[in-house]
Amino acid sequence: MKSLKELEEIRQRALESVNLRKERGGTRVVVGMGTCGIAAGARPVLLAFLEEVKKRNLRDVIVTQTGCIGVCRLEPMAEVYRPGEEKVTYVKLTPEKVRRIVAEHIVNGKPVTEFTIGAADKQ
Amino acid sequence: MELYRAHVLVCGGTGCTSSGSAGIIDKFNEELEKHNIKNEVKVVRTGCFGLCEVGPVVIVYPEGAFYSRIKVEDVPEIVEEHLVKGRIVKRLLYHDSVAEDQTIKSLDEVGFYKKQMRIAFRNCGVIDPENIEEYIAVDGYKALGKVLTEMTPEQVIETIKASGLRGRGGAGFPTGLKWEFTRKAPGDKKYVCCNADEGDPGAFMDRSILEGDPHSVIEAMAIAGYAVGADQGYIYVRAEYPIAVKRLTIAIAQAREYGLLGKDIFGTGFNFDIELRLGAGAFVCGEETALMASIEGRRGEPRPRPPFPAVKGVFSKPTLLNNVETYANIPPIILKGPEWFSSIGTERSKGTKVFALGGKINNTGLVEVPMGTTLREIVYDIGGGIPGGKKFKAAQTGGPSGGCIPAEHLDTPIDYESFIQVGSMMGSGGLIIMDEDTCMVDIARFFLDFTVSESCGKCPPCRIGTKRMLEILDRIVSGKGQEGDIEKLELLAKNIKASALCGLGQTAPNPVLSTIRYFRDEYEAHIREKRCPAGVCQALLRYVIVAELCKGCGLCARNCPVGAISGEPRKPYSIDPDKCIKCGVCMEKCRFNAIKKQ
Repeated sequence: MKSLKELEEIRQRALESVNLRKERGGTRVVVGMGTCGIAAGARPVLLAFLEEVKKRNLRDVIVTQTGCIGVCRLEPMAEVYRPGEEKVTYVKLTPEKVRRIVAEHIVNGKPVTEFTIGAADKQ
Repeated sequence: MELYRAHVLVCGGTGCTSSGSAGIIDKFNEELEKHNIKNEVKVVRTGCFGLCEVGPVVIVYPEGAFYSRIKVEDVPEIVEEHLVKGRIVKRLLYHDSVAEDQTIKSLDEVGFYKKQMRIAFRNCGVIDPENIEEYIAVDGYKALGKVLTEMTPEQVIETIKASGLRGRGGAGFPTGLKWEFTRKAPGDKKYVCCNADEGDPGAFMDRSILEGDPHSVIEAMAIAGYAVGADQGYIYVRAEYPIAVKRLTIAIAQAREYGLLGKDIFGTGFNFDIELRLGAGAFVCGEETALMASIEGRRGEPRPRPPFPAVKGVFSKPTLLNNVETYANIPPIILKGPEWFSSIGTERSKGTKVFALGGKINNTGLVEVPMGTTLREIVYDIGGGIPGGKKFKAAQTGGPSGGCIPAEHLDTPIDYESFIQVGSMMGSGGLIIMDEDTCMVDIARFFLDFTVSESCGKCPPCRIGTKRMLEILDRIVSGKGQEGDIEKLELLAKNIKASALCGLGQTAPNPVLSTIRYFRDEYEAHIREKRCPAGVCQALLRYVIVAELCKGCGLCARNCPVGAISGEPRKPYSIDPDKCIKCGVCMEKCRFNAIKKQ
């Protein structure tokens, strides 16, 4: 170890590995991973959320999973809980849609209305 | 780096390891492999979570689900339900972590953790102790970097002095002063040592810190080395702590590899390295002069002080010796400042103290509380009270050097002075809870028996005096106590305390004195009435048949191995106390609860 800078580099790199183990009050993303969800492609969706969160260094966002949310025909689905706001349910997700949701909703706070369950029902 | 969406933290402390956590880790890896999610879920072996009572403990993040008493057979269910399908297995959660509305409480809300405050224990159960990068991630070695690049040794010592930190090994000497004495002692070669020879029966705080966060001790020793002007450190740890020794060995090797031990640390020209010294488990080697003799390879025997180690220590050089828990407090003090630390605790005792909670208590385990917390809060709020709804009788603190604190002092705040005031001492942090079924004479005898066998034999007061005290106690518990025995014990105790060579002998009579102070009536009952009020001392027990309850079935008489029970059918039987060997078989066999111990 030759400098504080070097230590800080290791710290930044390693933070990733322990950051998950904290109680956090930030946004929670729950991906439906029932058989229906997985069959419809929920795993790439989950991985896309994880990748995007990591890429943007969003330390206060939890990506987790749950079982069947109940509307199997609209899978893959995910629910986004932002503190103090109504839950938003997204349906028929793809990794591309995920990237927009992270950018517009999770980072900037504007839900992507066209991907939500409400929009899907109107079609 | 892989992307993990969940972390499975499995406790790898000694308690959970001995109840099978290694097998659980293997099973998790195997099951994750089977479900093909090994690259999404990371399994980490951590240090102690503190709640040893319900081990093996597994915590799954990000949900923070606290699984307790996990068996290898439970692992497939957790993997399939929780990690694959995202449904927490409520059946296996720690009962107190599920709220009444069936939601899961965060760990800080669980009764056991609510009143705790973790400073020395901050990383135990959070990081993988065998991975230096995880320690660095939680601000590890940042304090060392700050000290070496921004502070003078004098500033470091001032910081520690201002924090009010006192030695956690038991005596409570101000740590900053000790550092200052060592710095000011003349000499070009100095040493920094860590006392990890934890020997009090029932105490395992230091072991858990070494197992769960070894780097915090290494970092603190390097800081101390810079402050006092030493380039060599020794950790004296008992060989009976194999997991701690292994993790320390790994940690030291990693610190060297990362250049955090060795030459020219942080490019500042500061050199420091650490070696392990394994002790053979002699209690006296926890005494500082005996410990240093043992480090040098000599027989572990104490010598008179002064000279104190700060002047003449290891290899006759000025030596700084602190306890594991004391060191673990150093990095946070440097990073957060002395004001932060001294804002916690009482007027004269700052910060927190770790206790190993054991004995008759529901939540056996490790707890770290701010100084000033009362014993009542530890026993009832954190410890969950006494099993079977029994009554609290006394708490034993400070192990064989300490004493008992009875129920009337349950509201004593925890700090060095108030413990001494009630006739005990803080000690290293063993806290043994006793209920109404505990005989205080027997407890005093137990601790004295321990010190007698651990006395090194160098000085007569300890070698002969404690032995005489034990003989008197043996006499009392076997029903041969004589009038005047209590006074003899008190006189011997006074003289041993005044004349023994080292801390071991000087404190050995404490358990006897404090039990006489608070439970003199029990001693008197043993001596005068030949009766053990708690029903513990075998020789004083009498089994009797309660005539009103006895149906005269004769079952007890038929089962008595020595034919001590006689009587006529359908009339109350009786036990001949001269023949009775107190095996208790009759009591077990009786269907009418007619046999009582007295």
